[in-house]
Amino acid sequence: MSPFAILLLRDTKLAARSGGSAALALSFFALVATLVPLGIGPDLRLLARVAGGVLWVGAVLSALLSLDRLFQGDFEDGSLDLIALSPLPLELTSLAKIAAHWLSTGLPLTLLSPLLALLFNLPGPATGFLFVSLLIGTPAVSAIGAIGASLTLSLKRGGLILPLIILPLLSPVVIFGAGAVSATLDGLDGTGALELLAAFSFAAVLLSPFAAAASVRLNLGS
Amino acid sequence: MITFLTAEKLACARGERRLFDGLNFRVKAGQALAVEGANGAGKTSLLRLIAGFLAPLSGRLIVKIADKEDDDAEERGKLVGWLGHQDGLKPQLTVAEQLDFFASLYRSKAGAAVLEQVGLARQADLPCRYLSAGQRRRLALARLLVSRRPLWLLDEPFAALDVNGQGLVAHLMAHHCGEGGIIIAATHEPLGLSNESLKL
Repeated sequence: MSPFAILLLRDTKLAARSGGSAALALSFFALVATLVPLGIGPDLRLLARVAGGVLWVGAVLSALLSLDRLFQGDFEDGSLDLIALSPLPLELTSLAKIAAHWLSTGLPLTLLSPLLALLFNLPGPATGFLFVSLLIGTPAVSAIGAIGASLTLSLKRGGLILPLIILPLLSPVVIFGAGAVSATLDGLDGTGALELLAAFSFAAVLLSPFAAAASVRLNLGS
Repeated sequence: MITFLTAEKLACARGERRLFDGLNFRVKAGQALAVEGANGAGKTSLLRLIAGFLAPLSGRLIVKIADKEDDDAEERGKLVGWLGHQDGLKPQLTVAEQLDFFASLYRSKAGAAVLEQVGLARQADLPCRYLSAGQRRRLALARLLVSRRPLWLLDEPFAALDVNGQGLVAHLMAHHCGEGGIIIAATHEPLGLSNESLKL
């Protein structure tokens, strides 16, 4: 197996095992999505109206829970030194970590979302758009999150600053993702928003490994 | 194969403090260099500098490999076998998983023989959280062996090890030098090799 695949596999394994973050993110997402309808009450039209926004914000916040550990676990126990000295360039290391984070949080969240959409009485076509928007938008959450995680790498309580850095950068994802869902509710075509979301996500996944690698390099020298 | 590693007028600062200045040394293939000095003298910083994590304030580090001299930090990193003062082990992974991961990452092979060599053959399927400090150190040594790198940078190689373990480290170091490798070790104890030493 290539070094990239082996790192991806190892990080996914760590997230899935005890003490990992995959189950945590998923339960947090499910709990938030359950509490909101309880708080708003049985107004079915209102629930369907807010579903896209609430589920998107919930997904971003759940993904955020495990983002601060993306590099930090390896940094604190010295593994990151060893990974940095391996033949795998740090850019690809970052990409592998982004992919592992998406596989262990973004993808499960996306798969769970149609079930949670039922709680919001979201109609079928809109649920489809929600699913697709999460599928193409959550990689951007992991990718931009990786930049934040690498910047706060050597801070003791970096997890507290991380949301302040990345949430503003994630607003386009939430706007286009939730926008696609509400456009469909209004009988409009949501594909335009999805296309913009896909473009944003593509650029984020392509470029952020470089930013993250540069910042990891700085932190290894600190 | 690596021929030598040379430091020319190397200087290093952490924050406002200058750790060392005008440092010159040369280590040839098959030689070991013991870096000695009080706590905080910059031993670990020197190792991180050689590994390319830190940039020197001034001066150069040159590696001669296959008749070519090179002072690129990134290229030098590809020669380094690293044994830091942290073990870099994940509590959730088993000993064998841990070693296989690093072997594949370094495009190398981990056999059961390596675990046998460091005395961890019976613990192969044990998650690392159950290992003692000395056993963790032995696993880190196994990882250093499977990395198959010519330039070993060791930070306190004898730490946490029992008498047998210290003998093992001495044996492995002698073997590495015998094969034409280079060792630079930050240590408070004698390496047990006919090595040069550098006082920081």
